Amino acid sequence: MIPALEHIPSGCAAAGIMNKSGIRISGDAIMDMMSVMHSRSNGLGGGFAAYGIYPETPDNYCLHIMFDTESAKREVDSLIEENFIVERQEKIPTKIINEIKDPPLLWRYFVLPKPEKLVAKNMHADDFVVKLVMLVNTRIPGSYVNSSGKNMGVFKGVGYPEDIGRFFMLEKYGAYIWTAHGRFPTNTPGWWAGAHPFSILDWTVVHNGEISSYGINKRFLETYGYECVLLTDTEVIAYTFDLLVRKHGLPLDIACNVVASKFWKDIELMPEEEKKLHTALRMTYGNLLLNGPFAIIVATNNYMMGLNDRIKLRPLVYGKKGEFSYLASEESSIRKVESNLDDVYSLVAGKPLKVEVNKDVCA
Amino acid sequence: MSVLDKLLPEFFIKVDRDLCIKCGQCVNNCGFSALLQDKDKNVKPIHEKCVACQRCMFVCPTKAIQITKFPGTQKHNDYWDPEYINNIKKQANTGGILLTAAGTDKLHPIIFDRLFLDACQVTNPSIDPLREPMEIISYLGEKPIDIAIEFKDNSYILKNKLKPNIKLSSPIIFAAMSYGAISLNAHKSLARAAKESGILMNTGEGGLHKDLYEYADNIIVQVASGRFGVDPDYLKRAAAIEIKVGQGAKPGIGGHLPGYKVDDEVSSTRMIPKGTDALSPAPHHDIYSIEDLAQLIASLKEATDYSKPVGVKIAAVHNVAAIASGVARADADYIVIDGFRGGTGAAPTMIRDHIGIPIELAIAAVDDRLRKEKIRNKVSIVAAGGIRHAADMAKILALGADFVTIGTASLIAMGCTLCQKCYTGNCSWGIATQRPDLVDRLNPDEVSKKLVNLIRGWSLELKEIMGALGINAIESLIGNRERLRALELSKETLDVLGVKPAGR
Repeated sequence: MIPALEHIPSGCAAAGIMNKSGIRISGDAIMDMMSVMHSRSNGLGGGFAAYGIYPETPDNYCLHIMFDTESAKREVDSLIEENFIVERQEKIPTKIINEIKDPPLLWRYFVLPKPEKLVAKNMHADDFVVKLVMLVNTRIPGSYVNSSGKNMGVFKGVGYPEDIGRFFMLEKYGAYIWTAHGRFPTNTPGWWAGAHPFSILDWTVVHNGEISSYGINKRFLETYGYECVLLTDTEVIAYTFDLLVRKHGLPLDIACNVVASKFWKDIELMPEEEKKLHTALRMTYGNLLLNGPFAIIVATNNYMMGLNDRIKLRPLVYGKKGEFSYLASEESSIRKVESNLDDVYSLVAGKPLKVEVNKDVCA
Repeated sequence: MSVLDKLLPEFFIKVDRDLCIKCGQCVNNCGFSALLQDKDKNVKPIHEKCVACQRCMFVCPTKAIQITKFPGTQKHNDYWDPEYINNIKKQANTGGILLTAAGTDKLHPIIFDRLFLDACQVTNPSIDPLREPMEIISYLGEKPIDIAIEFKDNSYILKNKLKPNIKLSSPIIFAAMSYGAISLNAHKSLARAAKESGILMNTGEGGLHKDLYEYADNIIVQVASGRFGVDPDYLKRAAAIEIKVGQGAKPGIGGHLPGYKVDDEVSSTRMIPKGTDALSPAPHHDIYSIEDLAQLIASLKEATDYSKPVGVKIAAVHNVAAIASGVARADADYIVIDGFRGGTGAAPTMIRDHIGIPIELAIAAVDDRLRKEKIRNKVSIVAAGGIRHAADMAKILALGADFVTIGTASLIAMGCTLCQKCYTGNCSWGIATQRPDLVDRLNPDEVSKKLVNLIRGWSLELKEIMGALGINAIESLIGNRERLRALELSKETLDVLGVKPAGR
């Protein structure tokens, strides 16, 4: 259960790897990257997002859900059966290791919304899934949806990230994008659903920082139907990108200009059209500005993106080798898995760095 | 005069004969004729006339004069306050309504003082506003619900057509105070300061004097139930138009500018005969319901080619959230909520002191309601009534307001000492008066600078507070109740405010 009803500021380590041709690699490399940054975490939360791991069911939404109790699971099961065609459901495989104590029940469901439900609600499948995720998270105590996208999944819990990785046996999965996170929560014991990545549909976010604007980001998102219940500021980032990019149709780089908006002094100097656009963005979405220090890695099935707050109060480094792109809180983390880089540099304040997979990877 | 007719004076004027140099400045400066000089130039106080406006104390070169409470005392009584006893005697004499001015001076609970702001420590850095950009620019008006973009010729083009908005360099507006209630020099000072500070002043309901036409870009013109000074040109000479429905100091009550304040200039500005009482009806007689308000909003927009925001000012009454929602849906572009501590030039005492609710609760309730109904973007919320300093401003913004208005605070910067006698027209400071000898004392060159300084000071303090909070844009403060904590407020109050108790 939720240990304290308030959001949890966090320090943290973040990392990501992407192969742009869609070549799937095992979780060993990302676990290696995280192990180098061990001291950025404190053992109270670690997690991974992996893309391309369920190639045999690429069109099904895969719901990764954690349950505190069997009765919570029974409730969610009946909700899922009522609303979805369940292709397959199973316990997420784990290995008992000393470092990971008292895990919740961990299940995954490969599903599609029942067509008649979509017709009755006049909803798009994605919106239907978002609604169900909100319903489970808010209405069924002790159950949390960790991810809900296609051909991807989130694996997270209380522990150091490299231990969480071993617990979930990530070495046995193959993914073309991996992102990861190690937490250093500062004021509460960690809890399983509070670990990163945070996810909705195929959006995942790992985040190093603390969002000082969380209170209003959350209230703004609530007016657009997102309910923030995981009590961690990072949750709002996932919903923000879902709202801006998927729902409002903004290009990703424009969405980045919302969460790390241009300064008025710079907007003043822009050519007229651009000035109009950025003024309108701030007027409309000012409450979605993520204020405070952050380095985030956002991923979807198609790309991985790094972004820093607009005055760069957290580290984030990019590295490239051939078809592989890397992002990490520390350069050492990248060097650990690829010592001979073609390119390496720090991200600029407020400027997104997006690397895309080739078009044929997720056609 | 029977002894029963007599009232004991409220104040007592002490003149130190040793210090007094008989210069007569105190006598000349007293707007209330409470001081005279005898043939030997000795200063003679008339205690009954003193209102404690303090002008004499400020001007006395030797500090020979002191105003104190009348030292004669009644038998102590915690329930029957001397003010209530005096008021009953006054009414027994006259059978009239008790009149007063300014915001309520009663000791109602002050929620502001129970709210505390947050600051960053360790886990996120605070920001130094002297070294980093700290943004407090705000736009007044309706915002779109989303942004549509087109990609053309290798660049993004905004497809939305935005509604009219006014850019303010700080989230502060000079509150509505009419010419008539206050002097032309006071109005000029406010207009100049608004222009220099990049903010707005509000004409109040008394029309716009021709000397202020040049400040149109920094002026909100009010359309109140008396419609004083309203014609098409008036509407055009403004950055925004505001329909005044109510006022925090006197919700449900109209206005009454006594005829003796209506001189030639007030008469021509208000478009009423000289010397006549200017009566604003309690309701607008063309607004008996919400759909009538929608029509007036539409008419004003039509009359000004949809070129400027049209706002509505209401008093914070019990059902304020539902009313504000109706006003937003009636197509207002901003809503001013005036709390029960809001000021006035004249109001019945019973109304001022006993009607309405605190601005903190009203803003929290309105912001919540508009968000719940998904129409928060349709209006800017302006909090009015009793904002005493920059921390009050920061707190009310965090509760959900986009702007504050300052009336009393701006008057104090102009010299006001809150004697609460605005309705007498004798203001010794040249503010709430039309007497030429008094008005001349207020020099717009001097006073506008004071106002500019005040706005600058509060803006700097707001930036300091934001820096401590670790946020560098005002959009991240507005509605961010997570950064407030409350001390010793009831559960119900916390629930309405959406604020956690300190320690949680």
